Amino acid sequence: MSGPTDGAARDAGRGADWEMVIGLEVHCELRTATKLFCGCPNSFGDEPNVNVCPVCLGLPGSLPVLNKQAVEFALRIGAALHSLAQSSIFHRKNYFYPDMPKDFQISQYDVPINAGGWLELPSGKRIGIVRAHIEEDTGKTTHVGGGGRIHDAGYSLVDYNRAGVPLVEIVSEPDISSAEEAREYVEELRAILVATGASDGKMEEGSLRVDCNVSVKPLGSEELGTRCEIKNMNSLRSLGRAIAYEAARQAEVLSAGGRVTQETRHWDEAEGRTHSMRSKEEAFDYRYFPEPDLVTLAPSKEWVESVKANLGTMPAQLRRRVADAAGVPASSEAVSTVVRLGLEGLVGAAVDAKADAGLALRRLANEVAGELGDGGGHNLGREAFAHLVLMEQRGELTSAQARSVLKIMVAEGGQPEEVASRLGFKALGAGALEAVVEEVVAANPREWERYAGGDDKLTGFFIGKIKAATGGNADLKAASELLRSRRGAS
Amino acid sequence: MSSPAGASPTGQGPVPAASLSGSCAMSASDIAAGVRSGELSALGVLEEHLSQVERWEPEVHAFNLVTADAARARAREVDAMVAKGKDPGPLAGVPVALKDLLCTRGVPTTCSSRILAGWRPPYDATVVKKVAEAGAVAVGKANMDEFAMGSSTEHSATGPTRNPHDLKRVPGGSSGGSAAAVAAGFSALALGSDTGGSIRQPAALCGVVGVKPTYGLVSRYGLVAFASSLDQIGPFGRSVADAALALDVISGHDELDSTSLPGDPPRAASRLGRGVEGLRVGVIAELAGAEGISPDVAAALDGAAQSLAASGAKVEEISVPSVRFGLSAYYMIAPAEASSNLARYDGVRYGFRSPGQDITEMYMATRSVGFGAEVKRRIMLGTYALSAGYYDAYYGKAQKVRTLIIRDFDSAYSSFDVLLAPTSPTVAFELGAKTADPLAMYLSDVCTIPSNLAGHPAMSVPFGKGECGLPIGVQVLAPALGEPVMFQVAEALEAAAPLGTGDPHGEEAK
Ligand SMILES: [Zn+2]
Repeated sequence: MSGPTDGAARDAGRGADWEMVIGLEVHCELRTATKLFCGCPNSFGDEPNVNVCPVCLGLPGSLPVLNKQAVEFALRIGAALHSLAQSSIFHRKNYFYPDMPKDFQISQYDVPINAGGWLELPSGKRIGIVRAHIEEDTGKTTHVGGGGRIHDAGYSLVDYNRAGVPLVEIVSEPDISSAEEAREYVEELRAILVATGASDGKMEEGSLRVDCNVSVKPLGSEELGTRCEIKNMNSLRSLGRAIAYEAARQAEVLSAGGRVTQETRHWDEAEGRTHSMRSKEEAFDYRYFPEPDLVTLAPSKEWVESVKANLGTMPAQLRRRVADAAGVPASSEAVSTVVRLGLEGLVGAAVDAKADAGLALRRLANEVAGELGDGGGHNLGREAFAHLVLMEQRGELTSAQARSVLKIMVAEGGQPEEVASRLGFKALGAGALEAVVEEVVAANPREWERYAGGDDKLTGFFIGKIKAATGGNADLKAASELLRSRRGAS
Repeated sequence: MSSPAGASPTGQGPVPAASLSGSCAMSASDIAAGVRSGELSALGVLEEHLSQVERWEPEVHAFNLVTADAARARAREVDAMVAKGKDPGPLAGVPVALKDLLCTRGVPTTCSSRILAGWRPPYDATVVKKVAEAGAVAVGKANMDEFAMGSSTEHSATGPTRNPHDLKRVPGGSSGGSAAAVAAGFSALALGSDTGGSIRQPAALCGVVGVKPTYGLVSRYGLVAFASSLDQIGPFGRSVADAALALDVISGHDELDSTSLPGDPPRAASRLGRGVEGLRVGVIAELAGAEGISPDVAAALDGAAQSLAASGAKVEEISVPSVRFGLSAYYMIAPAEASSNLARYDGVRYGFRSPGQDITEMYMATRSVGFGAEVKRRIMLGTYALSAGYYDAYYGKAQKVRTLIIRDFDSAYSSFDVLLAPTSPTVAFELGAKTADPLAMYLSDVCTIPSNLAGHPAMSVPFGKGECGLPIGVQVLAPALGEPVMFQVAEALEAAAPLGTGDPHGEEAK
């Protein structure tokens, strides 16, 4: 089956005729010191096959022993997702693949440690959580030669460092209805996972991996369409692209009177399309059965309660706090940007200094976020930032000046007065500006007469004169205010 | 020492290898006491056992590997400790045979399978460590049915083990090599594993004591798994006291085995020497009267029950109805777990590999050639039992039978301290008698399987001789962690056993 090739077809997925139904499965590697069932280090980027032992190599006679830290992290994730922590068991998922030393994966199946729950997007929409369960990761295969897949490879290399690394798989309800919303969900989930301390959230290192179930249905229809599972998206960008592509492909198939086959599809980042993975390796019957080498995992009530009590502040709570302080809706983009970048403490600093929290929020969401891009650190001191907001608020710096000072403080730190004077910005109080306006008016009586008579084209002329007279230090907004009020009074 | 192989006095075959002398006839506790006091040297004891091995091993084939050099080095260490005034431990200088599915660091561990050819574990099983730390000297890796699947030790890639009492007969299985090693005086003790009777049935057929402890009492770490929820390691000895001594060395919590029981283990030897006065003993009607129990075995069980009554126990027949379903449930659960446990033998990482055009071909070729017929049969059974759509009808239902059996046993133990049953339906059968008929072979374990399903302890004690003068074992069953009372009753049976029970020329003694 061929996919859509032009933009029109791609649009069909989000067009008026079809709506998307999306559920996500996110695999999160836990930041434990050791692996899930043995004492080997859980670390990324080492020489191949150095972090291995009889247990994670599945050697005959070895037995798994559950890592308590992994359970703690799983409970934290569950608490953050409003799940119910319950007595749970492990199953074996049986299939042959060389990256699995035992040829089965130990995973929770029908009785997971965390059941149900929800996640609130910055927009305020809640996405249901089906479960968040514990399982072990597989090793990593590299297929050399052929098409990069095992059956036509010249040879394959296996690295078992990752085998047995603890994962929590978070399965959402199919409540997501666009590619953009899917990205928001993953971003929010990532922020939650980082906030719990369970994950480093690094998608590029594979510590967060997303599989996606996509189907489309006629707009307004109650009945769900046949879904496809998409694998191999390794960035938020490819997640969005893959969903858009896949939904469009399905819409095209259905529009042409065809049927969507339920299958697993592989996202090809280079080609920008999904491929069917139909092959013999896909025809699995996993023959799940309870893992006889492990006992029931029943975290005590005390443990669950202490996890809840010690859970840090989650992003949604931070957004609410920031929004309340700044007097804006929690769903506003500025709020989610500031929380996403971890800048909420600076809003708090402004509040503490009795500065304008709304202005602080705008400066953080625009100038600071712009400087930081998608990540990276800043050198803003709490008090220095709050003081800068106060200076702008009092007119001691124009907003253009404040923005320039802020950019430098982001990169280099320092105190706002010191940075401003280094840039040659003079503090220009409201009285001083008034005096300059009077001077300029007096020097240009004919132009003033025309302006006073209603000719707004001369606004620019006077602003230019004021700018020149102050060496660029004037708050031009305040200057035009003064001009207008002087005209009204004359 | 015994006369060379030739016509036996009874005309049943060669002179039995189970005719012992010197330290090969001594109990483990006597050897340990002698070595600890300096009256015996561990090396001297070992050399006597190695001579016995040299003389009879070609006939018996109890071992896949005899580790004579390592054993000599170990025996010298033990003697050196004694010379320095240090105590080597309760098994000082005692020669021990290890079933070849117990991992031994650097020493090949094959499970009697081609598929593990050349594999040397990088670690010791917990029990291997424990017996070594107690001063024992490991003499070799004992033959077994491949991956412990079988009841005759004929399903071995290295060829069958023969019964030391009659070399034309099987020693039972799957721990046939371990049982034969103890019966033939190759070692004073042996370790085996019991998933459905694999210690008790060969113990009965070889005329030695064999114990399956409570599930979780002995760590399974380093035991190559057959069916994880049923497997349990246990000892063989030539006496009840020796078996208790060995069990007390290997039992106890192990943090490497999540199913290992917490806390201090009961001491198997704690109630020895107390007699059975006032104990309540139930004879399991469904097993005593099971189809296929031969008259000599039934008679021995009767005799055992009577002897306990004569010693002051209260003996009655008791019904444990659900044990009748044990065999069927077992042949769902054990193969299902095995199909998963044995998946890792795929030719990718270790052991045998048969090449193929691609990975699927390689997997298939490796497993087709590497596994024997019985193992493949059980993998197929288990794969089927776990398949989508069949799980509830097979595996799920079998687990319910398991619950029923536990419930029925619990109810029996509310009125009885221990239960009695036959161990094996018959005495040792001839090689080849059942290999063509898997079902007939499976029936060998009908009396032993219920204890594995329940996770309860059970042991076989020699009690008299049956057809052709071959040993018969009687089984004592106890509730979970009931080892002390189980050994107490076993000791009484041992004491009351008919004349000639421990004699390989039993036919003459009759
Ligand atoms: Zn490991």
